[in-house]
Amino acid sequence: MMNGRLDGKEITSLSEFFRFFRDELKPKGKTIFTPFNIISAPIIILGFVLIILRLVIGLGRPVTNLSQDFPWGIWIGFDVMVGVAFAGGAYVLTFIVYILRSEKYHPIIRATVLNGFLAYVFYAGAIFLDCGRWWNIVNPIIGREFGVNSVLFLVAWHFLLYMLAELIEFSPAIAEWLGLRRIRKILGSLTIGAVIFGITLSTLHQSGLGALVMMAKWKIHPLWYTEFIPILFFVSSIFAGLSMVIFEGSISHKVFGHQIDEAHHKAYNDILVGLAKICAVAMFAYSFLKLIVLVHDQEWSLLKTGMGFWFLVEVVGLVFIPCILFIQGSRHQNILVIRIASVLTMLGIIINRLNYVFIAYKWYLPFRVRYYPTWIEVVITLCIIFTEIWVFRWIVNRMPVLKHPPEWVRENEEH
Amino acid sequence: MNNIDRRTFFKLISSGIAGAIGGKLVTPGIAWAKGTNFHSDEFYGILVDTTRCIGCRRCEKACAEANNLPVPDINDTSVFNHERQTSVIQWNVVNRFETEKGTVFVPRRCMHCNQAACVAACLVKAMKKRKTGQVTWDENCLGCRLCMVSCPFDIPKFEYDKAIPKIQKCNLCWGRFQDGKPPACVEACPMDALLFGTRRQLLEEARRRIYQQPDKYYHHIFGELEVGGTSHLYLSAVPFEQIGFRTDVGTTPYPEYSKGFLYAVPFILVLWPILMLGMSQVTKRQQNKE
Repeated sequence: MMNGRLDGKEITSLSEFFRFFRDELKPKGKTIFTPFNIISAPIIILGFVLIILRLVIGLGRPVTNLSQDFPWGIWIGFDVMVGVAFAGGAYVLTFIVYILRSEKYHPIIRATVLNGFLAYVFYAGAIFLDCGRWWNIVNPIIGREFGVNSVLFLVAWHFLLYMLAELIEFSPAIAEWLGLRRIRKILGSLTIGAVIFGITLSTLHQSGLGALVMMAKWKIHPLWYTEFIPILFFVSSIFAGLSMVIFEGSISHKVFGHQIDEAHHKAYNDILVGLAKICAVAMFAYSFLKLIVLVHDQEWSLLKTGMGFWFLVEVVGLVFIPCILFIQGSRHQNILVIRIASVLTMLGIIINRLNYVFIAYKWYLPFRVRYYPTWIEVVITLCIIFTEIWVFRWIVNRMPVLKHPPEWVRENEEH
Repeated sequence: MNNIDRRTFFKLISSGIAGAIGGKLVTPGIAWAKGTNFHSDEFYGILVDTTRCIGCRRCEKACAEANNLPVPDINDTSVFNHERQTSVIQWNVVNRFETEKGTVFVPRRCMHCNQAACVAACLVKAMKKRKTGQVTWDENCLGCRLCMVSCPFDIPKFEYDKAIPKIQKCNLCWGRFQDGKPPACVEACPMDALLFGTRRQLLEEARRRIYQQPDKYYHHIFGELEVGGTSHLYLSAVPFEQIGFRTDVGTTPYPEYSKGFLYAVPFILVLWPILMLGMSQVTKRQQNKE
């Protein structure tokens, strides 16, 4: 039974479910020894060992290079800040598909929502590792105590609620996989509510991540510190998320190509061109905002310094230039240019978020006391990324994410 | 000099104005415990007069003893060779600075801001601003370290090398305060460089000192306005940049910087769903027409 329950049989008993689930746990590919598996599996295993080490001996050396001067490293800067920005594609696309009702993007909505959901589970979940007192992580949820005036309190709640919203948005695919017709119908009717709720939450916590560093006023280089950080974080999450959709989609379509029908393959280039256009608009708005902030704060002279050069690399090299590339790529229907632009954009987002956490943060400190990640921090981060990809692959191979939903779904909807 | 101060103070206290100010200015331990209006609902604090500090580090020792931290060897003067920060085992450190008016010693510790960034940052209220001004840390902390990112004085210190880490910083001897005792450092200071009292009284006293000896003091009380006011107030003979203070922290209370965002939250929370429902209705109608 290759397609699980997509044939339309319904699971009626618990033991049947367990048998079904056990079968589904087995790998689907012809061989387990693909190049990706050979590279990722050892890193995942090593990563889990190192996670145990981190829990046993704490956050200090040799686990991380964090210090009193640099309390946040790549686990916050990359895993959480960048991970959440890259997951922004889900709220942007659900807005386009469910609110603006643009049918064109429907074929990629499930993969994007799944990616967004897993990104929150794994990357926002990385907070758990970074929390020095991780056993207290439920405190803001259970009210020991509610720090309602804290930006982080808002972000924590939003992460949790948004994960639920995304799970609800994706849940019809799970119901289809399990062949649960009635439940599928109920879950499907929740989608629009979850979408509206999810977009609202995303607006707030994408900008909220930026608001976290607002009190680090003099610690962040004046070229980066502005009262508009939350707005900049929000706008950049739009093109960060969509670039990730373009990048991930390009890989998914190669790897899972056999699951996708011919019509979708043809429509896909059209989708990419459309996404490139949205990216270009958002990036243009972002560049413009950056320019206004720069003019307003009158910090031209700082551009001539080393940090000024770094600022230009980020804003011109990795926002404005990919913006132009997106425009060119969509005008000439050049998918390669669009893909290059998406990679450059993602690089720009990584640099931007890391700037706020440890590069432009305390830029005035000498190099010898500056933060850079240890190999353990890097391996654990890779472990999290690879595990997420494994889970993503496991789900895509089983549930109707890229492939068509089973026949009975259409029958149901017509009735 | 000291005698004049002591006499003035004795008068103030006996007339009942000075209230809680520095019992030890009179006779250590006596005036403090009796006859003082100790638990008024005002912010308490410490006035640090750096012109009086001799760098004996007895406050460091007393602090360590009172808070179960490793007790430093205060006869070791080599610690003055470089400027020290507070650490997970030292909530209070004395630094030496060579200035235009000679050597100055400066005890550094948590400033206990009136509107503290660390308190506003904390998502579980593990950092608390007590009614009487102390900023304290509690065990329900998640160890997220946003307090460290936010603090304008870089005071909270995290125990990276422990599996069960804590945030370490001065709590203005909150435990001793509840027992009706002044902070350990104040009690230990042989030079009256540290003075405990309500913030209001300390400001009056600081102004009086500047007024009476205008040539001795640099005319600024650090902590009066900085970051919206702090419970630790500093007097100095030289500009504060020369004794290791960041003077560009501004006078805005730090929580103000994230307030703009927090104020926008309820609006977005209400407006976004309404807007999207509206849009969704419009597109639905269009779709049906087609």
